[in-house]
Amino acid sequence: MKAKEFNIKWGMVIDLDKCTGCGACMTACQVENNIAPMVDASNKLRTLSWMLVYELSNKKAAPDAEIAYLPRPCMQCGNPACVPVCPVVATDKNEEGGIVSQIYPRCIGCRYCMAACPYHARYFNWEDPVFPKGMEKALSPNTSARPRGVVEKCNFCHTRLMKAKDKARQEGGNPEALADGAYMPACVEVCPTGAITFGDLKNPEHKVHELAKNENAFRLLEKLGLAPQVYYMSKREWVRKLGDNYAATGKAGAAKKHS
Amino acid sequence: MDRALFPEGVERCSFGKFALWMGFITAFFLFGLFAMLLIFYKGIVVTGLDNYFGFGLWITFDLAVIALGAGAFFTGFLKYILRIKQLENIINLTVIVGFICYSGAMLVLTMDIGQPIRAWFGYWHPNVHSMLTEVIFCITCYCLVLIIEYVPLILEQKQLNKIPFLHHLAHNMHVNMALFAGIGAFLSTFHQGSLGGMYGVLIGRPYAFREGFFIWPWTFFLFVLSAVGCGPIFTVLVCTFMEKLTGRKLVDFKTKALMGKIAGTMLTVYIFFKILDTWAWANNYLPSVGMTFDQMFYGVIYGKWLMFTEIILCGLVPAIMLITPSIRNNPTMLYTAGILDCIGVTLNRYLFTVQAIAIPVLPFDSWQTYAPNWAEWATSGMIVAYGFLVMSLSYRYLPVFPQERMLNK
Repeated sequence: MKAKEFNIKWGMVIDLDKCTGCGACMTACQVENNIAPMVDASNKLRTLSWMLVYELSNKKAAPDAEIAYLPRPCMQCGNPACVPVCPVVATDKNEEGGIVSQIYPRCIGCRYCMAACPYHARYFNWEDPVFPKGMEKALSPNTSARPRGVVEKCNFCHTRLMKAKDKARQEGGNPEALADGAYMPACVEVCPTGAITFGDLKNPEHKVHELAKNENAFRLLEKLGLAPQVYYMSKREWVRKLGDNYAATGKAGAAKKHS
Repeated sequence: MDRALFPEGVERCSFGKFALWMGFITAFFLFGLFAMLLIFYKGIVVTGLDNYFGFGLWITFDLAVIALGAGAFFTGFLKYILRIKQLENIINLTVIVGFICYSGAMLVLTMDIGQPIRAWFGYWHPNVHSMLTEVIFCITCYCLVLIIEYVPLILEQKQLNKIPFLHHLAHNMHVNMALFAGIGAFLSTFHQGSLGGMYGVLIGRPYAFREGFFIWPWTFFLFVLSAVGCGPIFTVLVCTFMEKLTGRKLVDFKTKALMGKIAGTMLTVYIFFKILDTWAWANNYLPSVGMTFDQMFYGVIYGKWLMFTEIILCGLVPAIMLITPSIRNNPTMLYTAGILDCIGVTLNRYLFTVQAIAIPVLPFDSWQTYAPNWAEWATSGMIVAYGFLVMSLSYRYLPVFPQERMLNK
């Protein structure tokens, strides 16, 4: 299994020591992507949360108890589990930048991609979106609402990438070499503590290039070999250890057989 | 009143009794139909599925009936290609069971997808890398083959067969049946395998993922073997159930025991490889991704007992029973082994469908549980009722069992 490579690789580095779990990223994501509030959202396994914040615990009693918060967008895997399984090519990883797309008018809603994704980053649209009266005035004009019966997911606010490229063209710049910060998903922009850094992982002029190589950086479920484009970092070992499964060896840093 | 439509020289119950039976089954069918229409109208939000369990009862049901319906292609292969003549006593029944299973599975799939109106995208925009694409194509093509195999049987109905054109058409279709049996065997082998491949390629699901040969994970081959290991004996069980219901002998025990021997042989090969596969998975693959065998199970609902029931009680035990002549030749033991065999394969499909996605792969995630709700049960029941209706009509009006006259003299 070999990760698909591009000249540009949009990625995130999320500093878990800075994340306060405020949930602003989740809200910004819902607003930016026109995700309608559900009439009955009591079943959390049916809500749409392209960006979801998990609470991690070191499972120790006070005074040693510690918690951390982990925002989870789509990992935009280099070797995505979801893409090859789709029977109708409704999801693909073929655009410069490596963002895993989701083509809503093509999706038949078979949910095979959801069964394939171990990060639970894919969501099914259980009902047609209904926006409460007045809310339609606040909808984002850039993102189309999805109908009932299709799968949807985080796409790193792809319309923002399109806009950033357009802007670069208008200003006579190179749309394939955007400056650091020229393109930024809504969750990154809104984060009050600056926990999320975004950019081209391959561009040395972008901060993420160095951050991803930090000794405290890690990716989720590295051993499965999905090669995510989202990195996390934490100075706390127990947090880093929760990024992957070590039950078989009991210690972090076990051999990576399947990458 | 419909005596003139009965096959030559056989007895059937009174029309009133038959109508009562059909009415009873139709009630279940209509209840399921109501659920189906509700699902088409409101979407699958009326089911018990959610974002963790995108696959549930329907997919388990589909995979199970497709495996149990494998008697059609494998018996057809043995009868028409390998020329095992004795199987002609039961071949018609295998075709009808296969047809019911495959057409029923396709109907369930149209409900299961979120956008039923886009179901044809599977043919129009196929992703050649997806095992599901292969399943879509092969199931459809094989269902057509089963229709081609079923049609001559319908044309042999006593009154229809009096029409010269239909008589000759049925005859010529029979003459060329070996060709369709061959095509059916090819198509069915591939999609049985692809159904297994669907799970084996899931690199993000340690319970299901397997390495394999070329593009096919080991589950590809295991699903083919398990299907041919249960399909023939399922047909025997259907036949015996029909005998109990109608009070008539339909197929001689010698043929049933032969089907048991065929299923038992394939089941033995399957269970040998299944045990090897499970051993390698638990001791090699799981540790390589940092997980343990124990982590794959949870409480009672997803406990180890399920896997041991599948492999030992409903795998190894019926395999031994079916390959041992003295056990196989005892009717009670043959049917017991057959029931265990079918439960084992159904359980296998359930575990790969539901348990595989219930396991929290992220270390900070937790186990979730799934229970199908009334809408899923009702629609699955509708398919079973549909099967009963087709089988009842076929039994009453078509010459399904060539031995029936002789056995009931």
